[in-house]
Amino acid sequence: MRHVISVKVGNRAGVLARVAGLFSARGYNIDSLAVSATEHEDTSIMTIVVKGDDKIIEQVKKQLNKLIDIIKITDHSILPSIQRELAIIKTNALSSKKSEIIHLSELFNAEMIDITNKTITLALMGDPEKLDKFIELLTPYTIRELIRTGRVSILKG
Amino acid sequence: MKLTGSSIIIECLKKEGIEYIFGYPGGAVIPLFHSLYIAPFKFILSRHEQGAIHAADGYARASGKPGVVIATSGPGGTNLVTGIATAYMDSIPIVIITGQVSSDMIGNDAFQEADITGITRPITKHNYLVQDINDLSVIIKEAFYISSSGRPGPVLVDIPVDIFKSKASFNYPEKIDIRGYKPVYMGHPIQIKKACELIASSKKPVIYAGGGIIISNASNELRSFIKKTNIPITTTLLGLGAFPETDPLSLEMLGMHGTYYANHAVHDSDLLIAIGARFDDRVTGIISKFIPNAKVIHIDIDPASVSKNVNVDVPIVGDCKNVLCELNKQITKPIIDVWLAKINDMKKKHPLTFENNTNKIKPQYVISKIYELTKGDAIICTEVGQNQMWAAQFYKYSKPRSFISSGGLGTMGYGFPASIGVQLARPDKRVFDIAGDGSIQMNIQELIVAVEHKLPIIIAIINNGCLGMVRQWQQLFYDKRYSHTCFNSSPDFIKLAEAYGAIGIKIDYKKDVETAIKKALQIHDKPIVLDFHVEKEENVYPMVPAGKSFLDTIMRELA
Repeated sequence: MRHVISVKVGNRAGVLARVAGLFSARGYNIDSLAVSATEHEDTSIMTIVVKGDDKIIEQVKKQLNKLIDIIKITDHSILPSIQRELAIIKTNALSSKKSEIIHLSELFNAEMIDITNKTITLALMGDPEKLDKFIELLTPYTIRELIRTGRVSILKG
Repeated sequence: MKLTGSSIIIECLKKEGIEYIFGYPGGAVIPLFHSLYIAPFKFILSRHEQGAIHAADGYARASGKPGVVIATSGPGGTNLVTGIATAYMDSIPIVIITGQVSSDMIGNDAFQEADITGITRPITKHNYLVQDINDLSVIIKEAFYISSSGRPGPVLVDIPVDIFKSKASFNYPEKIDIRGYKPVYMGHPIQIKKACELIASSKKPVIYAGGGIIISNASNELRSFIKKTNIPITTTLLGLGAFPETDPLSLEMLGMHGTYYANHAVHDSDLLIAIGARFDDRVTGIISKFIPNAKVIHIDIDPASVSKNVNVDVPIVGDCKNVLCELNKQITKPIIDVWLAKINDMKKKHPLTFENNTNKIKPQYVISKIYELTKGDAIICTEVGQNQMWAAQFYKYSKPRSFISSGGLGTMGYGFPASIGVQLARPDKRVFDIAGDGSIQMNIQELIVAVEHKLPIIIAIINNGCLGMVRQWQQLFYDKRYSHTCFNSSPDFIKLAEAYGAIGIKIDYKKDVETAIKKALQIHDKPIVLDFHVEKEENVYPMVPAGKSFLDTIMRELA
């Protein structure tokens, strides 16, 4: 199962290396990792998406907790949360297909951020599942480049 | 008044009550050594940085106080790495101060530059690169606090040379509060109650105690617990001395080279009470067959150790000493007479033995004689391999901090430098290093340190002319192909001892073993090397082959 773990860390040199090192040293795979500023200047939030069974996730959380720079760990996948991610997609756009692509992006509320003779570049913000769907629908037009920020997550209420 | 970074460090170390510092100078720490020259500490100059950190580690294990190490940048730091990993695996408090190239040169591949905080990140409890002189005293305070509290461990502070020389006002914080670090010391009352209920209703309980008992000074509480419950106890390698092995309820050590009765009692138990132990693979063998019928209570200060390898029914996160205190208040005695009778029967039928009817020197005979002649009152340090296992099996430990060995990392070359730190911490005790002829050569340069400080450490080399433990595995599991484990040439350890100004005695016959040990015990002002030429092909038994279960134990040499 995929877990979204929100890790509040002190803004100190080397903290990202500590977290990344912990994952690599113990053979846990990170799906995505987003490091973000917070309302406090001295803390950051790392939103880590990691796959594994409950036992592995429990061990990941405990090991993270042992790092001195880590202040708090919350598993957002077991709590009501809102998750967002940004994707930027550059797709092939033959003149015959342009209107289809533009229509699709309007449907998803994607932003058209660049357009050339042969390509259209779109930016879409939303929950990660919506991004997945959009990418799936664009795939037949041949995606040239795709980049996603990794998800960020906040608890409801 | 403003002080230099170097003086601030000296003041911090004074505030921490440090007596001994182990280390080695170098370019990036010259300013610090400049201040150390007039500081009130006893500085032990090693002959290799690895010697310094193992000595600090031995000092910490023997005294219960944190060890302190100073080394220079680059190779000074990298030479510490094995010692840091050794301390990390066994939860030993050490504060390491390394010099670093000056702040403006960091990242430039400067002379003697190494990213030592990067290198040691996975093998320290925490580490720091000091970037601002104003943070220095707080960082040193935090380093000592983190290193010694919770589950202890090494903490490294890397200090650029310009920080040693710049100035700041000195304020040593009395207390510190680290947001992300709040070790839990008290066990949860509900969990303690659950544990008491499980224990009271158990029919075949066993206690499995580890190094956590030693670290938290919980030996007395453990003794009361056993007195109240009558539950038999086995210890890990690092738990030796937690409970007297001469007591009828002691099953001695468990695991790969544990006693038959310890392993079988654990295997057959219906309740395993793990205290300050972490279910290492050398203890459990194959996990799926480890304890088929037992519930598990696990007391440990490190939540990440609980349910890591074995599913736990009643986890209690807390300090062993506190938790045992609470348990002792509420515990009732289980009815286990049948179980105890069965265990006693196993002890009678399958004792730890070795073949003693030969004129050759058996390694086990040497250890037994050392035990007999020291009346079990010495502190035994070991190297790693067969020597370590025989020292664990055939010396009977009764007191905490009397067995000093690299358990988790299994560092050859640990024992001798560690024994230097041990002897400094415990000048009142006779200290042995049980060594192999392989291990002792890994840090033999430290012999001059023991000579210089008149430390009467007795180095008992179990000399079988080979790397015995690997040779044993090759014999048993690798078609007797002794690939590079038998030495074609060896130094003359007697001449070597004499070259350093130590005493060397070679022992070839069984009849001379006792005399040699007695002679060594009469020397009090220099180290003694006892070179026991033992039977080469002696193996360590019992042995649970790696990845097998206790039921697959090899008890003795197969014909």
